[in-house]
Amino acid sequence: MNVSTTRNFKANAAEQLANETLRGALTKSKGHFTGGRATAAANLPEFEALRDQARDIKNHTIENLDFYLEAYEEKVTDVGGQVHWARTAEDARNIVLEICRSVDAKAVNKGKSMISEECAINDMLEANGIRAVETDLGEYIIQLRGETPSHIIAPAVHLTKGQVEESFRANHTHLDPDRVLEEPPTLLNEARTILREKYFQAEVGITGANLLVAETGSSIIVTNEGNGDLSQLIPKVHIVLASLEKIVPTLEDASTILRVLARSATGQEFSSYTTVSTGPKREGDPDGPEQYHVILLDNGRSDMLGSEFQDMLRCIRCGACMNHCPVYQSVGGHAYGWVYPGPMGSVLSPGLLGVDEAGHLPNASSFCGRCEEVCPVRIPLPKLMRHWREQEFEKHLSPGAARVGLGLWAFFAKRPKLYQLATGLEMRVLAWLGRKRGRFTSLPLAGGWTKYRELPAPQGRTFQSRWKLGERPQAGGAQ
Amino acid sequence: MSASDRNTILYSVRRSLGRSGPVDDGTAAKLRARIAGHARNIVPARTDLDDAGLVDLFQTMAEKVFATVERVSDMSEVPGAVGDYLRRENLPAQVVMAPDETLDAAPWSDNALMDIRRGTPVEADQVSVTSAPVAVAETGTLAMFSGPAHPSTLNFIPETHVVVLPASRVVKAYEDVFDAVRAQMGDAESGRNGLPPRTVNFITGPSRSGDIEQTLLLGAHGPRRLHIVIVEDGEQDAPQNG
Amino acid sequence: MSQRSGVALFVTCLVDLFRPNVGFAAVKLMQDAGCTVEVPEAQTCCGQPAYNSGDRKDTIAIAKQVIAAFEGYDHVVAPSGSCAGMIKKHYPEALADDPAWLARAEALSAKTHELVSFLTDVLKIEKVEAAYDGTVTYHDSCSGLRELGIHGQPRKLLDGVDGLHLRELNDANVCCGFGGTFCVKYPDISNRMVSNKMDEIVATGAETLLAGDMGCLMNMAGKLHREGANVRVRHVAEVLAGMADGPAIGEPKVASVKP
Repeated sequence: MNVSTTRNFKANAAEQLANETLRGALTKSKGHFTGGRATAAANLPEFEALRDQARDIKNHTIENLDFYLEAYEEKVTDVGGQVHWARTAEDARNIVLEICRSVDAKAVNKGKSMISEECAINDMLEANGIRAVETDLGEYIIQLRGETPSHIIAPAVHLTKGQVEESFRANHTHLDPDRVLEEPPTLLNEARTILREKYFQAEVGITGANLLVAETGSSIIVTNEGNGDLSQLIPKVHIVLASLEKIVPTLEDASTILRVLARSATGQEFSSYTTVSTGPKREGDPDGPEQYHVILLDNGRSDMLGSEFQDMLRCIRCGACMNHCPVYQSVGGHAYGWVYPGPMGSVLSPGLLGVDEAGHLPNASSFCGRCEEVCPVRIPLPKLMRHWREQEFEKHLSPGAARVGLGLWAFFAKRPKLYQLATGLEMRVLAWLGRKRGRFTSLPLAGGWTKYRELPAPQGRTFQSRWKLGERPQAGGAQ
Repeated sequence: MSASDRNTILYSVRRSLGRSGPVDDGTAAKLRARIAGHARNIVPARTDLDDAGLVDLFQTMAEKVFATVERVSDMSEVPGAVGDYLRRENLPAQVVMAPDETLDAAPWSDNALMDIRRGTPVEADQVSVTSAPVAVAETGTLAMFSGPAHPSTLNFIPETHVVVLPASRVVKAYEDVFDAVRAQMGDAESGRNGLPPRTVNFITGPSRSGDIEQTLLLGAHGPRRLHIVIVEDGEQDAPQNG
Repeated sequence: MSQRSGVALFVTCLVDLFRPNVGFAAVKLMQDAGCTVEVPEAQTCCGQPAYNSGDRKDTIAIAKQVIAAFEGYDHVVAPSGSCAGMIKKHYPEALADDPAWLARAEALSAKTHELVSFLTDVLKIEKVEAAYDGTVTYHDSCSGLRELGIHGQPRKLLDGVDGLHLRELNDANVCCGFGGTFCVKYPDISNRMVSNKMDEIVATGAETLLAGDMGCLMNMAGKLHREGANVRVRHVAEVLAGMADGPAIGEPKVASVKP
């Protein structure tokens, strides 16, 4: 099942840092996303105000979540759909299996869904003899490779076209081995042809939902490929997997969120396909599913409500934070070891897995603040990461050496006279030791620093001791 | 079982929000009113244009996302325009077409060479022709409503999708589409029986993917080509179902 | 608000311990602008290391110490965006549960500034009397940029320095990888970030790198030196104060051979 390796973050990160293919792939994608968002924001004068409104809509909904969930459920039922409530990932798996069994499903087509990753739906289906086919191109590629997504909206961002070609050749063995398959257009064509067949073969289609609308009982998906649409229009059964906090009150509220979603994610003003689905097909409809099921997943969200992490429930899964995060851009998504990478993963994963399991993630941040700067719903991500660090500190989960070092520093910092005495001497000693070159290539206790950098030597006497001795700067002129 | 899961989840949500039960009646009434009022939030000012301006904006935005757009004066020119387009693109003059009233009004029989089947597409269909009930100038977005006269699969299965759009159906923003949906729901004659369409597809350009090295490629699963024929004098009515 | 009045210098631990020249440069800049500058004795650290490590207790103790030592002055100025940001933005957060101290933190916050923005935004300095012959590039430290909005101000003053030519750094606003304890807790990741930063610095062809935060500067200087890059690193205050003739960061006192 979806096992987390977040405990091994450091080792995972080291491995990914050494991966030159990954480095090339990330370098290629980075400017694309950040440049795209910047352009989109610049082209919409109302963008900042829309971010504020999106934040307010999510806050309002979260603060009245139970009301909106019940209102939503009522509407879904009115239009002939069925709402299921899943407390845990296992509950979600059981419900999906039950529905699939009820129509004797042999194959399930999947639109991209991070909730399905969180609940390890594919593994469960395969274990029960049901073929799960990822239809999103990026998800399809990583499914062939037996990998997990490395980004919440661009699952295969870590791969080069060479790696995609290699996977296609290895798996599409019924095709001519001498065919030309190097360039992205030929790769796309091949995927399109293969998946086309599969669209008509599944009894069940599973999608996620970017939004659920209480007003109408609708679910909304946002794609560029159209795969989520084909996955839900052709099969007999459409299952929507959504966590509780996906809900918004009205279609107008959904419009506001949609306006900031694609712009923040890829820089598009609107994705190619934004689809509002309401219930099963109507009488007289020539296509569409006969059954419409929505599985509402809790899996830790209701616990985050009312806590100091409540803001995280505003997340609309755009991926802007990881696109702009220098840590994510260095190690890629797999280093995070579970479903959700980057800054949002660093806040969410400890909430869903526990801080002792996922504690590394909120620590592996320099708090540069770029994530918060670009978050369309203004989640204070560094602050929330700091809250996790506070919890770890209180639970004594932080590594011993760091704790001792910081404790020592705080001890002196709270005692200015002692601090000045100790540092006055120490800096002079270090300055003398480093006088020849002005820096240290190695120094006891400074291994973390000097592994990769020289350590500049102190100048000598501290500022405060010099000031106390009466030293003052020469006067000059400023205007 | 699901019923107790439901109660457990709602209980957990309420407890976290500091309540022992549902919101009080006053709050519930306010929240219901908020839903019923479906007030608009900010709508970008770029849509503050007159009708002609909106059509121009629609075209500009649609072309930016690689839809192709042409304009004809009235419905009588549509079959010829579609036929010419297919020829230009080296596509067979063989289409599957939505069985809707808007398209009924065009003289397709004028173009004897075009093979037209009205209905639902199959895998072998290469070209679909539909109308659009409404289009959004803000981002060059078409809005399609599923129904007996418009199978949604027409929007996705064939590689080429041709859309006939009367100019009067171009509206400013997504909110206007939703008002059109609500109007149909409230209209006894619409055949909607008080329900929204099962599927509302907002379509902005052809299908695409950037999943392979961020290279933008058209035609990932949905259509590779989206061709929009704007009919200047298509009709005088407000947006309606095709 | 009187502009030329009692200023207390919050020297910051890194300036105090590693590069006092920056402190003297800060004092000089403010004195030349007509301020009276004092240096309260009871100062050590702003408390960021404790705060970012989740140690609320020590953070609060240090914050109270700083507030008590500095609140009597008209302005508090620090040659560091991150330390000024800590006092300005985070002290009120840390003391949010204590109404009396919160009020004092907010009062101090209102009169705490980073050095360069103090000169331009409060003292309305348009130009400093300084000369620096050479090309420089400038790194925007994260806290200063995102918490305090410092971007145009150093560029404006550098623009008026005679002989100085500024080349903009590509990705100037991307983190250099210091992040306080981050760089020693996750050295591999920090190294990748500072390596990327180094590549961009070298690509500008500038002889000198400037920034407003000693942590960033020491991190970048350390990497540049380790890789043998021919770039000298200084705090922007040194250049603005015309005190940039001594050894740059990580250089020995007698720089007989250019590193």
